[in-house]
Amino acid sequence: MAEAAIPTAPVITFSTRAQALDRLRRSDAIFHVLTRAAAMTLLAILGGVIVSLFIGSLPAFNAFGFNFVFEERWNPVTERFGALAPIYGTVITSFIAMLIAVPIGLMIALFLTELCPMWLRRPLGIAIELLAGIPSIIYGIWGLFLFAPFLQSTLQPLLIATFGNVPFLSSLFEGPPYGIGVLTASLILAIMVLPFITSISRDVFEAVPPVLKEAAYGIGCTTWEVFRNVVLPYTRVGVIGGFMLGLGRALGETMAVTFVIGNAHKISASILAPGTTISATIANEFTEAVGDIYTSSLIALGLILFVITFIVLAIARYLLARIERRIG
Amino acid sequence: MNPRYRSRRRRNVIAIALSFVATLIGLGWLVLILGALVWEGFSGLSLAVFTEMTPPPGSSGGLLNAILGSLIITTLAVLIGTPVGILAGTYMAEYGRHDRLTSVVRFINDILLSAPSIVVGLFIYEVMVAPMGHFSGYAGAVALAVIVMPVVVRTTEDMLLLVPNQLREAAAALGMPRAFIIMRVCYRAAKAGMITGILLAIARISGETAPLLFTALNNQFWSTDLNAPTASLPVVIFQFALSPYKEWQALAWTGALLITLTVLTLSILARVLSASRKQS
Repeated sequence: MAEAAIPTAPVITFSTRAQALDRLRRSDAIFHVLTRAAAMTLLAILGGVIVSLFIGSLPAFNAFGFNFVFEERWNPVTERFGALAPIYGTVITSFIAMLIAVPIGLMIALFLTELCPMWLRRPLGIAIELLAGIPSIIYGIWGLFLFAPFLQSTLQPLLIATFGNVPFLSSLFEGPPYGIGVLTASLILAIMVLPFITSISRDVFEAVPPVLKEAAYGIGCTTWEVFRNVVLPYTRVGVIGGFMLGLGRALGETMAVTFVIGNAHKISASILAPGTTISATIANEFTEAVGDIYTSSLIALGLILFVITFIVLAIARYLLARIERRIG
Repeated sequence: MNPRYRSRRRRNVIAIALSFVATLIGLGWLVLILGALVWEGFSGLSLAVFTEMTPPPGSSGGLLNAILGSLIITTLAVLIGTPVGILAGTYMAEYGRHDRLTSVVRFINDILLSAPSIVVGLFIYEVMVAPMGHFSGYAGAVALAVIVMPVVVRTTEDMLLLVPNQLREAAAALGMPRAFIIMRVCYRAAKAGMITGILLAIARISGETAPLLFTALNNQFWSTDLNAPTASLPVVIFQFALSPYKEWQALAWTGALLITLTVLTLSILARVLSASRKQS
């Protein structure tokens, strides 16, 4: 990039030198203002999102008050709406997804940073990142046509048979194996957030100073002990930041979930039953919503989703920034 | 061997075995999903997909209007989003490196980067579709532009921060105004990285469905009028996959394969570009 240091001089076609300099100064100032305006645009977009969603959801909050958040009923015919079922669905699917994806993601990151032979590291890392780039609708269509029928004939009957007579767990795995439902959506979400968790964990693990690990190996620690007692404590903040980032993705994920959750506005104890999430409800019903209250209730759902993800993502960024400061 | 040492060894072997299994699972999904996609999508791939319109239920056809709509909306979104993104990134790296505004914008940008895309769709519905009174391709393009911006801002800022200060100082010593230094020196030095960012942004939006559902909506027919509802590949896939018709489902698989190929090509291209930059 050495040639970049030789700029082509601006062509000056003005009568006097002062005029030319003036012109340059003005274009300089204009460019500065333009870049500043562009930076402000981002602030305006975020502000616009919050304000427009708030205004859009006012009719719903006026009609139902704060009860909107705690009401399970969702009835377009009588125009009574409550957000509890979608909120519950969003939280429970993301929770199960994280429960599955976090240990697997951590173990993959351990493999990539400590155990994997050097020549395999780059290709494996790239493969994981490609998995992160696949659009969510692809996961959705795959989940609907192949994964859900597969679960319906294998895992779900197995779960029902195994836990059917266990006192507490039986209600968790109750009902016929539909294929689609909360569990299927959670599994697909787990597959989707796995690459995010893996690549962030790998990045923070790689930032551990080699001296620390070498010292631990030097006093005879096994690979697992180095990971458990040196790497994990050192990177704790960053790893949790990575979890939160993955959680933010899972909470807001739309297309993958919409295909397989079943879109049923009820809260079931069984995770095999169909349910719904905030994003799936909006995606399924928004274009068909008639009446101000219906539309406004859906926008209110969007606002709730945005607030939840905003908080989660803000915590994630704060934690990740903290570990960056320590490394940098 | 003393028992304590043995149990430590055993624990280590178990952990290593688990991490092997986890990696196999992780990669297994990639193989499974791509395999299914190629298997199901390839059988439906024919010339008709690129030459015929989306069919009415129960008959055969192609995806031409959806592909065209996606191309137009994506191009427009990149045209709107990229300049704003590059300028904002420029401000953060060049003018306001230690500004309060920069740190606020960086935080906001990180939030926008992973905010749920369906919320962006609702936002554009509120500010464009509802006032205009109808769904339109323009609204879809603006919604995608909002998703393009944070990606471009992030890479532009990162890449400009990597440009050595000596380059700027040398140019300034020659008497170049600041705007010229940025445009003729810094942009050139950071070119490969910035293009990588744009490619990644295109990859990101080419599969986005949620923001288009209630902005661009869908259109059964050939249409280049962006002021009207416009078809796009992801929305057509969504609609066709959930339908009970075999022909539509087959087309959905084929569309999914096309999108995945596009996204993978773009991300591999971006990776090659940034790798070649590191070597030189």
